[in-house]
Amino acid sequence: MCLAVPGKIMEMQEGRFGHMAKVSFGGVVKQVSLAYVPEAKLGDYVMVHTGFAISIVDEAEAAEVWGYLEEMAALAAEETP
Amino acid sequence: MRFVTEYRDAAACRKLAEAIARLVTRPWTLMEVCGGQTHSIIKFGLDQLLPEQVTLVHGPGCPVCVTPLEMIEKSLELAARPDVTFCSFGDMLRVPGKSQDLLAVKAGGGDVRIVYSPLDAVAVAQEEPEREVVFFAVGFETTAPGNAMAVYQAKEMGLTNFSMLVSHVLVPPAVEALLSSPDCRVQGFLAAGHVCTVMGYGEYEPLAAKYGVPIVVTGFEPVDILQGVHACLKQLEEGRAEVENAYARSVRHEGNLPAQELIREVFEVVPRKWRGLGEIPRSGLSLREPYAALDAEKRFGLTETEIPEPEACLSGLVLQGLKRPPECPAFGQECTPEHPLGATMVSSEGACAAYYRYRHVGGEAPV
Repeated sequence: MCLAVPGKIMEMQEGRFGHMAKVSFGGVVKQVSLAYVPEAKLGDYVMVHTGFAISIVDEAEAAEVWGYLEEMAALAAEETP
Repeated sequence: MRFVTEYRDAAACRKLAEAIARLVTRPWTLMEVCGGQTHSIIKFGLDQLLPEQVTLVHGPGCPVCVTPLEMIEKSLELAARPDVTFCSFGDMLRVPGKSQDLLAVKAGGGDVRIVYSPLDAVAVAQEEPEREVVFFAVGFETTAPGNAMAVYQAKEMGLTNFSMLVSHVLVPPAVEALLSSPDCRVQGFLAAGHVCTVMGYGEYEPLAAKYGVPIVVTGFEPVDILQGVHACLKQLEEGRAEVENAYARSVRHEGNLPAQELIREVFEVVPRKWRGLGEIPRSGLSLREPYAALDAEKRFGLTETEIPEPEACLSGLVLQGLKRPPECPAFGQECTPEHPLGATMVSSEGACAAYYRYRHVGGEAPV
């Protein structure tokens, strides 16, 4: 139930329930409340759960995992005689 | 899909699995807390990529699974009322009560509607003022901000026909209940990434220190989970027990502060009964006094009656990580997703349903 899906903010508007956005999930567009991510900008990726954005995806942090993998691969290569 | 597809990359998973294999020198038991993680692990066969010494046990992080039978009965009682439009997330509809489920109430003429967001239920209340609209607010901290906003908006709008049946639970007290049990064999935890997105992970620091277990905030895709497992095992092998964030693209140490603020405005912390675990102090959320008029239990004068669990169902032990689903004699026999005995077979995030779907002969093949 705690599933949250990343989507891209395509359009921002004021709705019946306040600060809203059209968010695209790989082409499927849904209305999402931005009430909890007031600093979100057009084009940002947000994690969405039950119609609410709960965080803005940190793209720099997202890229770090690939660096971590390369580091581990390099360590493995060093260990192999 | 960006931030999804790349975290399912098979080559990256293999690299992580190899790194884990190089790291491990002795047996370790880890628990993934969240049912969404359990589902990913079984679906993608991640447990089978790990060295034999590493055991993953599945935690209680499935809100559908831990909602007590008494609360299910209350939902059925409300949904059957002719004046009530009962709104719920879809996964609650097939949870069996004493004699039926919400789907059966709907088939019998009850006005039961599946909603995607709690705000959809508020919109129904606004559009159909002659109906008593009740929303079934089940969930962990991840779901609490949305549900808090629905209650807050309904009150602001002055809606008098909207209420909530609240069965909210909190993760850290359940983790502590498991850790303090003498039966606990878990040596490290993967904490639930989206719960921590909302609440941050400061609450876990005293737990890691007190019980000497590493707790790693972990995401949900295969690469995320293997990264969490790697970080947790690395701590165990090095004799450390710290809280670490392996899901930094979504989780910040302090969590989402505006969301926490509204949760505190609307909800207060109360003791709550968990299916399979019993009552845990300070482990649930309930509406605060200023929102009492929106509390469905008070509004409809619902009473509490204790309901025993079906004897053949071992879901309580499964939820504590003490039994694996295939060890239950009823698994795949009298208990199947079509005819579930317990909630762990109902919810797609329940451990029993995940094993049935992906591991049981005749179940769906792994993707």
